[in-house]
Amino acid sequence: MIGTAPLIGAVRRNTELGLLVLGTMFVVGAYVLTTLPEDSPIPTTTGPFLAIIVGLPLAAHVAVRRLAPRADGMLLPLASLLNGLGYIFIVRIDEARADPGDLAGLQSVWMILGVGAFVATLVVVRDVRVLERYRYTAGLAGIVLLLLPLVPVIGRNINGSRIWVSIGPVNFQPGEFAKLALAVFFAGYLWEKRELLAVNRAYGPVSLPDPKHLGPVLLAWGASLVVMVMERDLGSSLLFFTLFLVLIWVATERASYLVLGVLMFAGGAWFAFETFGHVQERVDTWFDPWGKDGGFQVVQAAFALADGGLTGTGPALGSPTKIPVVESDMIFAAIGEELGLLGATAVLIAFLLMVGAGLRIAQQAARGFERLLATGLTALLGFQAFIIMAGVVRLLPLTGVTLPFVSYGGSSLLANYVLLALLLRISHDTAERRVARLAAQSVTEVG
Amino acid sequence: MSKQIRNLGVFLAVCYVALFLQVNRLTIFEADELKARPENTREIERDFASPRGSVITADGVEIARSVPSDDQYRFQREYPTGALFAHVTGHYAFELGASGLERTYNDELAGDFDFELEDLSDLFVDRERVGNLTLSMRHDVQQAAADQLDGREGSVVAVDPRNGEILALYSNPSYDPNVLADHNFNRAEEASELFSLDPEKPLLGRSYQENFFPGSTFKAVTATGGIERGGVTPDEPVYPERDAYQPVSANGEPVGQPISNFEGSTCGGTLILVLQVSCNSAFAEMGAEDVGADDMIEAAEAFGFNHDVPIDLPDPARSVFPTEVEGTPLVQNPAVVAQLAIGQNEVGATPLQMALVAAAVANGGEIMTPHVVREVRDDQGEVVDTAPTDEVWARAMDGDTADLLHEAMLAVVDGGTASRLDDQLDGFVVGGKTGTAELGTPEPRSHAWIIGFAGPEGEPPSVAVAVIVEGQPGVSEQTGGTVAAPIASAVMQRALERPAAPAD
Repeated sequence: MIGTAPLIGAVRRNTELGLLVLGTMFVVGAYVLTTLPEDSPIPTTTGPFLAIIVGLPLAAHVAVRRLAPRADGMLLPLASLLNGLGYIFIVRIDEARADPGDLAGLQSVWMILGVGAFVATLVVVRDVRVLERYRYTAGLAGIVLLLLPLVPVIGRNINGSRIWVSIGPVNFQPGEFAKLALAVFFAGYLWEKRELLAVNRAYGPVSLPDPKHLGPVLLAWGASLVVMVMERDLGSSLLFFTLFLVLIWVATERASYLVLGVLMFAGGAWFAFETFGHVQERVDTWFDPWGKDGGFQVVQAAFALADGGLTGTGPALGSPTKIPVVESDMIFAAIGEELGLLGATAVLIAFLLMVGAGLRIAQQAARGFERLLATGLTALLGFQAFIIMAGVVRLLPLTGVTLPFVSYGGSSLLANYVLLALLLRISHDTAERRVARLAAQSVTEVG
Repeated sequence: MSKQIRNLGVFLAVCYVALFLQVNRLTIFEADELKARPENTREIERDFASPRGSVITADGVEIARSVPSDDQYRFQREYPTGALFAHVTGHYAFELGASGLERTYNDELAGDFDFELEDLSDLFVDRERVGNLTLSMRHDVQQAAADQLDGREGSVVAVDPRNGEILALYSNPSYDPNVLADHNFNRAEEASELFSLDPEKPLLGRSYQENFFPGSTFKAVTATGGIERGGVTPDEPVYPERDAYQPVSANGEPVGQPISNFEGSTCGGTLILVLQVSCNSAFAEMGAEDVGADDMIEAAEAFGFNHDVPIDLPDPARSVFPTEVEGTPLVQNPAVVAQLAIGQNEVGATPLQMALVAAAVANGGEIMTPHVVREVRDDQGEVVDTAPTDEVWARAMDGDTADLLHEAMLAVVDGGTASRLDDQLDGFVVGGKTGTAELGTPEPRSHAWIIGFAGPEGEPPSVAVAVIVEGQPGVSEQTGGTVAAPIASAVMQRALERPAAPAD
């Protein structure tokens, strides 16, 4: 026992390295294919380019070896794969445009900053219990970040959504960070209050939570409605409310919250649909996007996927630039077009594997807060990816959220790398404690 | 708590399976439907940005080609001969679509044909394939046709009767396809609108897409019916000398208007004589009485009337010989049959069809499938497809009939109305038949027609033509002989003088 226990870390790190090499090979392969066509948009002389797609995952891996050696070995390779693939598509899309912005350069800066934030999180958060202590601060920060775009002067309206903040030269989407803060707050708050919240009162055959404790539910519901209505950000609104519902349900083990929450969200959504033109328009174009201005994006995405077929047109051989904002929200359509059903399915599987790894971390975590936090972070990742991909393929109304790790965007990338670091930290702590416990046990047995 | 976390995992997995199914729907199951939607321009743009092969005449003139352009579409389609071959090449335009050979041979020009892999490395070479078309048409003959029409509205068709190869297919007015292939789509659209508003319809290839009254040239068809189905021989019957023919009903009552000869002249006699002078009264009687309605229909249909001509160009008009009159069978309308027999009333023929009538006589009664493309070659010069030259489209008459009509049409040139047809054809055997189709306009106007064939002595004729000059002033049997015959003569002379260079 003593002999094998420390190996958990080494085995996991070697698995991670092996998977990283595989994923990086895939990304480099995609890069090579992208440069092959005669009129390829990507220049072939790109040392920095290779440094980004090979060097960054390795740097992150070394940091994990040092800072969280016993952490799960699947999450980082999957995130790197998605990030590298997204990067190649962003470069390819940008260069194919008539007037390229420097999306490639900027995205590589975001990737460096993202990995930097990943390492910094591992360094700073040596124990997630620290976060539990700051749960109310995190809650306040979350609300402030969420509402920041509504502040005059610094808040900015882009593409009809008020989710941007400009301070000096820096533009960012505070919502991406708000979701992390809120996950910390919900996990801390709900773990603390779980017993109170779990008390149900019977109303005839149905048992409902005590109205006294419904305050937080109403607050979360109200906040998500504010986001939906004032910031016109349907995707984030849905994501926040889902996060809260999932966590209160997991914490209290009361399905009644789930039912109640779904009903409340449905009611709120119906109210918004009846009251606000832009919500109605979204839903209309969801059912019938043809010939509508608002449906142009999803229609073009559908055409792109139809062109892709089973195996895709091949990297750099499609025309994804016909889809508006394809580099961020719609990037899944570009992947489907050029890598086909197979490539799109690989992306789906990568996210599902990340969800699986995240939930496994949650299951194994010993302490309630850690379990809830890991669940919340994983749910954020899994649902955000689902909401945007489902919007692109018209399974849900299209709402503007990014595809984690894949889409272009600094705020999203930074936030998701922090999310990844927190999951790895929880994973490492759990394994570390288990090893310590096993060691203690064997010492006792020997003694 | 573990149960809830597990259920959350199950729920998310279900979500992703739903996503997977929906992606399947879009990429596989509904892909064809999505590609076919009118607002989906991806396929069109892709084709438009691909290289495309050239079209080259039999005498080596490039009449359609793609040259590199520095805009997003990469290639600009060019038609170096402009309006001369517009109705043959058609145009290849973005929003206006394709016409002519650009349409019928779209796949070949785009290189979309089966090819053999010469070696495995071909799989990895990003070579863009195209196909080039070599025509049987000759630039010099086509140019002669345009020069001869000299701006008058009309059509000229020249075909090799032996194999169906078209040598010239020209009609005026025409249009410049370069204007429609402009990458400035607004400009192209404006030009297209102007063309469609033009009452003279320059986009329409009249030589094969429009029907005209064939007038007296149709007497060649009536004569065929007479010989094969009406007991007409070189000696019998002898049609009476008169100035008009009065159609009669089955029980001998006179019906309808009498069919009179031009300018009140009298004519009559045996087959060759009445064909020489294009005697209306004689052919009206031949059609209405000797042949009869049903056999006239069969005779015309044997030439391809009422059938789609299988030419390798889009939307050919179907030449028409009516089978009924306002709902009653033709057989109950002998007066109409009499008019149809001289190419009036509701009979309509494309210039191409009339050229094929002459070709049938020249080729022992068989009409070979007409075609303008001789072969398709890949960009390495290898032949990938060849048009058949021995395919019979219609069997218009048997060999003996053809011999007799051949002789009769030589007589029409040698001392008949088509005497000017051999003006420029010394040393060649020339046959023909003129026509003047009255238009019934307030001031008398008519289409001047001629059909004919020619070839070296002792050999089967190697060229057949039809010429129509539309809306000539006056109505006279001379019109076809004076206006159309010199055109046909010059075009046949050009076709015979310098045979197309053999394809290598």
